[in-house]
Amino acid sequence: MAKATFRIWRGDAKGGGFQDYESEVTAGMVVLDAVHEIQANQAPDLAVRWNCKAGKCGSCSAEINGMPKLMCMTRLNQLPLDKPVTVEPMHTFPRIKDLVTDVSWNFRVKTQIKPFKPRKPDAPDGTWRMAQQDVNRVQEFRKCIECFLCQDVCHVLREHHQYDQFIGPRFFVYAAALEMHPLDTEDRLTELRKAQGIGFCNITKCCTKVCPESITITDNAIIPLKERVVDDYYDPLTRLFKMFRPAAR
Amino acid sequence: MAEYETHQHDVLIIGAGGAGLRAAIEASAAGVTVGVVSKSLLGKAHTVMAEGGIAASLANVDDRDNWKVHFSDTMRGGQYLNQPRMAELHAKEAPDRVRELEAWGALFDRTQDGRILQRNFGGHKYPRLAHVGDRTGLEMIRTLQDHGIHRGIDFHMETTILTLLKDDGRVVGAFGYDRERGRFRLFQAKAVVLATGGIGRAYQITSNSWEYTGDGHSLAYHAGAELMDMEFVQFHPTGMVWPPSVRGILVTEGVRGEGGILTNKEGRRFMFDDIPPLYKNQTADNPEEGWRYTQGDKNARRPPELLTRDHVARCIVREIREGRGSPHGGVFLDISWIKQKLPNAAEHIKKKLPSMYHQFKQLADIDITREPMEIGPTTHYVMGGVRVDAETQMSSVPGLFAAGECGAGLHGANRLGGNSLSDLLVFGKRAGEFAAKFAKEHGAGLTNPDEVDAAACSALEPFERQAAEAPYQIQHDLQEMMQNLVGIVRREEELHEALKHLAALRERAGKVSVPGNREYNPGWHTALDLRNLLTVSEAVARAAIERKESRGAHFRDDYPAKDDAFSKFNLVIQKGADGEMQLRREPLPQMPEELKQIIEEMK
Repeated sequence: MAKATFRIWRGDAKGGGFQDYESEVTAGMVVLDAVHEIQANQAPDLAVRWNCKAGKCGSCSAEINGMPKLMCMTRLNQLPLDKPVTVEPMHTFPRIKDLVTDVSWNFRVKTQIKPFKPRKPDAPDGTWRMAQQDVNRVQEFRKCIECFLCQDVCHVLREHHQYDQFIGPRFFVYAAALEMHPLDTEDRLTELRKAQGIGFCNITKCCTKVCPESITITDNAIIPLKERVVDDYYDPLTRLFKMFRPAAR
Repeated sequence: MAEYETHQHDVLIIGAGGAGLRAAIEASAAGVTVGVVSKSLLGKAHTVMAEGGIAASLANVDDRDNWKVHFSDTMRGGQYLNQPRMAELHAKEAPDRVRELEAWGALFDRTQDGRILQRNFGGHKYPRLAHVGDRTGLEMIRTLQDHGIHRGIDFHMETTILTLLKDDGRVVGAFGYDRERGRFRLFQAKAVVLATGGIGRAYQITSNSWEYTGDGHSLAYHAGAELMDMEFVQFHPTGMVWPPSVRGILVTEGVRGEGGILTNKEGRRFMFDDIPPLYKNQTADNPEEGWRYTQGDKNARRPPELLTRDHVARCIVREIREGRGSPHGGVFLDISWIKQKLPNAAEHIKKKLPSMYHQFKQLADIDITREPMEIGPTTHYVMGGVRVDAETQMSSVPGLFAAGECGAGLHGANRLGGNSLSDLLVFGKRAGEFAAKFAKEHGAGLTNPDEVDAAACSALEPFERQAAEAPYQIQHDLQEMMQNLVGIVRREEELHEALKHLAALRERAGKVSVPGNREYNPGWHTALDLRNLLTVSEAVARAAIERKESRGAHFRDDYPAKDDAFSKFNLVIQKGADGEMQLRREPLPQMPEELKQIIEEMK
């Protein structure tokens, strides 16, 4: 049976380095299988997060040969096995141990985004009516499995560490899903422009490329939000209008 | 007592899947403080994997549907071992629970007139499952999560509970550790809700993730609560079988709901060969009628592929055993054939079953719009769980509640697809409501420091042993043994053999050792989970021995028929004074006349 070498980052917040492990390669195997194999037979304390093993929960995010990916959806037959497969934790978040990072920042950010606020029900029985075509685009955003790979790859976070001024692609998608929800009545544009830093995004589309759910993050979520912000704040007519109605915002 | 990081909540909820989150929202709405402990990160629980939908008789697609039909479908599916009051409450309350999700931001697929769309599913008479493509569970957990984080609930992520703490017969807290640093945490609470899900990790081929080691079942059992219906483990008929690395991953019943058919290697639609008498009147007798049913023809009866899961799984096992299986030991599930019926079938399949398309394409190099899938049964769900009061979800131990998969009673001998998500919502809400009420009526109890120290000591033992066995092999051997001896088809002598193996495995687990330190150490976590797995495995095996008949998900090769004598009780398990597992027959509760009448009418 064929063998492959896995160069896995071992260590914690204080530091660490790559260590090589050999694992057998069987048909259909994914990187997470190899990591489990190594865990069961060679390194029982090798730390890794995982749950569904089917690309639905977004737990096993890592960088495989330098690319942000889900370990459970990365097939070995799509990787060159003549050289070691490197597996390392996401770079953007503080390291905890081995492949596990501290992603708690994401959970804190989400609480800062104003929650869903529906309009009054359409029918006397307290229900609403929505057409499928109106929910389609929001359903795309709600496919998000919160793997945070888009956050990992985004240079505003990864290189420039703007954690206090920028919420990252995941939460623009989240905000877009709320803003474009047919029933929602909340307004999140002020925060998006100021505290949440949508202006920092310069549309390099790296987030879209790594999204395992193929959500068109930049084109369908971020750019329309940017346009709304621009319409609201920088459109000359709107500004003129606001000069006479300063209370409007 | 050593110093432990201590948290106080009025209500402590263990588990953050659908039931746990729904309970947390309800309890916090009642004005008590709430803490939620979850083994994984928030939003990753197994609810996320639920694909098909939430069963609720909204009657948006077929106006003949109502709670009575849903009730009688659920009872029939459970072979009448369900607790009728739970089935009644579930059927009555599910529609409101679904509409509530919409008010919290969930976006279900829509009907032509803009209401929530519903789809067909096995054992449901009418299209009943509110859904979002085939990712309904994700929509549900995300909606509950995003609603819940604004409710002042404290979330303790990646924290595992080791034991429940009692004071004067009542549960007053829990003790566990956080995965990240391996530090112990003490939780003091006036009421505790278990919402820990299932036991799927006791089996080798399973759709369940590492978390599902029967924690809630085991915690409750060791705290003195009763377990019920543990012989009923649901093997979902359609799990992936190839390649080996994906074996067991779920293939939604929605594939069959959308017209998918099961065939053997001869191309025969074998499900037409064996239709149980209980369902004869409701099942199509030719493929054409079955197809019309999946396309919404109200005068057509459902195809046999949509019979209950226990039956479909057994038919598949029969085909495989008799040599008519697919190359990798499964049978074929084909949705691509609908191109004979629909002009743009490929697009239709991708729209209706996007994550199935994705899953097969990416993991198996199979394009389900063009070729059949290979599938076989996978351990999916346990009908058995903590025995609870139907109204309040409280167990026999005061202050201890259970909801969702770790509770028992709603599903009887077999759960219908779609009834799980609705179960989580209906009884999650009830557990939260009544746990909050209990907390308001009771003061804080005292946690016993000696008990806590003992739990801490015992948890650290694997580090102190030198060069003993590692936990992964023990877990693997347990899973293999359960799969072979306590699986879909059971025999008396094999079940007794399983008990012997369990004793040996318990001995090995008692000597397990782990290297490394306490920080995020999966070896240690696996070692600690073994106790729970062993407890629930023993409960399943013992109950399976006692039920000498075949009913629902429990199939005995040596007693292949249903036996009326066994239709009158549930099996209840409790820890005896000697620490051994005690089993007794609990007569079914008396069913009120009006419910009996409903069942009669719907026959």
